Amino acid sequence: MAFVKGSWNREINTRDFIVSNYTPYDGDESFLAPPTERTKKLWEKVSDLMKVERERKGVYDISTDIISGIDSHDAGYIEKDLEEIVGLQTEVPLKRAIMPFGGYRMVKTSLSAYEKEENAEIASVFKYRKTHNDGVFDAYTDEMKLARHTGIITGLPDAYGRGRIIGDYRRVPLYGVDYLIGQKKQAKRELTPDIMDSPTIRLREEISEQIRALEELKSMAAKYGYDISQPATDTKEAIQWLHFAYLAAVKEQNGAAMSLGRTSTFLDVYAEKDLKEGKYTEEQIQEFVDHFIMKLRMVRFLRTPSYDELFSGDPTWVTEALGGMCIDGRHMVTKMSYRYLHTLVNLGPAPEPNMTILWNTRLPEHFKKFCADISIRTSSIQYESDEVMLEKFGDDYGIACCVSPMRIGKQMQFFGARCNLAKALLYSLNCGKDEKTGQQVGPHIAPIQGEYLDYAQVVGRFDMICEWLAKLYINTLNIIHYMHDKYCYEKIQMALHDENVLRTSAGGIAGLSVVVDSLSAIKYAKVKPVRNDQGLIVDYEIEGDFPKYGNNDPRVDDIAVEVVKNFMKKLSRNQTYRESVPTMSVLTITSNVVYGKKTGSTPDGRKAGEPFAPGANPMHGRDTNGCVASMKSVARIPFEYAQDGISNTFSIVPDALGKSDEQKVSNLVSLMDGYFLDKGFHLNVNVLKKEVLMDAMDHPEKYPQLTVRVSGYAVNFIKLTREQQIDVITRTFHSRF
Amino acid sequence: MANEVMGRIHSIESFGAVDGPGVRFVAFLQGCPLKCLFCHNPDSWETNGGREISAKELVDQILEYRNFIKDGGVTLSGGEPLMQPEFVKEVLTLCKQNGLHTAIDTSGGVELILSRQAIDAADMLLLDIKDVDSDDCEVLTGRPNKMAFDTLDYCEKTKKPVWIRHVLVPGYTLKQEKLERLAKFLSGYQCIEKVELLPFHKMGEFKWKEMNKKYELSDTPIPTEEQVKMAREIFIKQGLKL
Repeated sequence: MAFVKGSWNREINTRDFIVSNYTPYDGDESFLAPPTERTKKLWEKVSDLMKVERERKGVYDISTDIISGIDSHDAGYIEKDLEEIVGLQTEVPLKRAIMPFGGYRMVKTSLSAYEKEENAEIASVFKYRKTHNDGVFDAYTDEMKLARHTGIITGLPDAYGRGRIIGDYRRVPLYGVDYLIGQKKQAKRELTPDIMDSPTIRLREEISEQIRALEELKSMAAKYGYDISQPATDTKEAIQWLHFAYLAAVKEQNGAAMSLGRTSTFLDVYAEKDLKEGKYTEEQIQEFVDHFIMKLRMVRFLRTPSYDELFSGDPTWVTEALGGMCIDGRHMVTKMSYRYLHTLVNLGPAPEPNMTILWNTRLPEHFKKFCADISIRTSSIQYESDEVMLEKFGDDYGIACCVSPMRIGKQMQFFGARCNLAKALLYSLNCGKDEKTGQQVGPHIAPIQGEYLDYAQVVGRFDMICEWLAKLYINTLNIIHYMHDKYCYEKIQMALHDENVLRTSAGGIAGLSVVVDSLSAIKYAKVKPVRNDQGLIVDYEIEGDFPKYGNNDPRVDDIAVEVVKNFMKKLSRNQTYRESVPTMSVLTITSNVVYGKKTGSTPDGRKAGEPFAPGANPMHGRDTNGCVASMKSVARIPFEYAQDGISNTFSIVPDALGKSDEQKVSNLVSLMDGYFLDKGFHLNVNVLKKEVLMDAMDHPEKYPQLTVRVSGYAVNFIKLTREQQIDVITRTFHSRF
Repeated sequence: MANEVMGRIHSIESFGAVDGPGVRFVAFLQGCPLKCLFCHNPDSWETNGGREISAKELVDQILEYRNFIKDGGVTLSGGEPLMQPEFVKEVLTLCKQNGLHTAIDTSGGVELILSRQAIDAADMLLLDIKDVDSDDCEVLTGRPNKMAFDTLDYCEKTKKPVWIRHVLVPGYTLKQEKLERLAKFLSGYQCIEKVELLPFHKMGEFKWKEMNKKYELSDTPIPTEEQVKMAREIFIKQGLKL
């Protein structure tokens, strides 16, 4: 039996291969196989290693003497005889590599945090070799440094890898590395225009880098005894080739989010063929998948404690998108989609890979129920709207990080973290001064007049501050990404892209619900500013009640829509690096806690230092009309103005979801169908009891695999800082029953 | 508008997963003639409390949730919704015109002559039987149980589907002998599709304190798993669906 041929045979076109060959699966989960003895033994071993890792303050070991690269380390194994799929980042499981090209300072800080010696030879290299971080700080303006210091713009990838780039890792099994090298050489040969301008020179240099990376990829696989120059011939090889390609990326780049893409339905083509031909059994195929997923759960990066504070729980965002619809009207659920999710049963819950269901109301009912059931049992998966994305991104997009959609192999983003809009609102009330330090950070705008805050006046001032902020923000990102391309180019990931990719400049905002409720309080109640000795507004007295975001109340939800639209419009008016298209996300990850800490009291009644709500969520406890009303408020935020994603995290106690297990499943399906039909974009689903979380805070040893969804990703609850654990617990748990 | 039917509501829950079949929009109506010792919403008793809203306004709100509740429906709960029969009738009729399934969650504590038109407008009733014995019912709720049974009889006569709800309160209703009599009695009704036994809980206790009311059941334990199992078996034995 051969694969159906098509344009994928004439040029690189993974999508064409999938669409011409995949078999949609409408059945239920009864075909799935339990873990094999080998899998159980192997996972036990990994679990033990992870336990030791936790005991060693979260870092098992560090490979201090080698600069990590695609083929820098010797082959590493968990236990060679048990492993069907092989390949680790270093020669020892969970041992973290150093990747200094993003910034050597970050490596040094990490080493000292974990009491490791700096290697003198490597230190000497970076006396002469500049890093991305060095470049950025050479170019930053004073204003940028100040904005970064006060935290109105934060989380910027200026000292670490930017990530959020998804290589089309499937190209390696589909074509073999030699063909890919040939194609890149051809592209370089064709890139000889009349005028050698900077963009062309840069691209020619980049393609050369890409070709070298592909050679290194082959050499890395060879260390494990595999020749991947030719296409994979069966399921096991396809998974193995795919894993090598991904592994190369996480050996080369310590990117903030190193997502996997959309691989399950691609691999299912091989699995279906092997099942039909009797080459492998279902048990064997599940075993390959279990071992592959196990490897993805073991991806590690060396990061500083301050990074961990911002993005807590050691996330890697190995995001894998599952399901969705095909342009031709068929759904794209295959048996492999089930097998991936089934690893959460075979190996137990886990935060990584970040399993993401591309939800569409047209997906088969069996699959919807299966996902809901897994959510209820593990709280490990997230859902994103294929209804919305199919139209804009086609049927071969993936999710980078938490909520950022992109066409695989054809699009990448310049990750821009986010700016703190709640702080921006406070700047507009304090003449551009920081409410914590009193420093003049923004433009010196006119002071606010009157005993009570006047809505029109505040909105006008806020608009001016946002105008300034959007410009400063984009300019800052331009510097960061210019330098990242120059000093820390993602050569293997970009080798698995077309040469001409669409680039986006992905901005983001934090503190949306704080801004919106503050504006609502100013508009519908009476808010009196309280000043300190220096005349700086540091607190607010609210008289009367006001509508709060999260209750499906248009009086306030429309304010949210306006805030998002206005800021996005301001971003678009600025010129971006490399002709990238500006986009925006409403996403905080776990940084809502740190942002809150750095932000003074706000006119909505939130006190200085208190956390923001995560992502686009309503503030904790203010959504009092039930979760559907809360979801409808979030769904109102237009994706057109936040095309890098809108994150919503939802927590419910099991008993509030229905009486019987069957009802719980079907009610959760109804909930998601409703939310996505109403243009909701993203939903993290947690089905948990607060008491369990509280117990886990005190007895972490009892809950090694307890997983919770936070903002766009999942974490091991016990790996969160105590502050963040408390934040998760104080979020709204929908609990009426 | 002059002709609009107005009602008083206590609150809404946009995701009701335990008040009738499927995902439901639940409106809690204000006012209740009973004073159940275990009530977890004593702030819904006062007839003049809550906020006023027209039937049309409420239904407009409900329709915004259509995508979520199309396989579930709408439940009017309370308080005692049947204390506002015209409002209930109007809301449910409008919901039905829009293709939504409707239910009333009631303890039947209103004279049939008043409540009948509202019951007729609903697709089903969730009927709370507080206690099988009228005297005990008065102790527990402040009212006898006759009207609840009249309501059940009316549903039997009109073939209105009913889900019975019964709260298991240790020391009050959670007694084998009482439960056996109740189960036997209920088994004679064709209209009963299901019985929901709700173990007593104290999650509303704080509200009593907030309202400076004395909560009599502070020392009452919540039922054990074995007790709940025992109760369930009694009803199953009578052929009732749980």
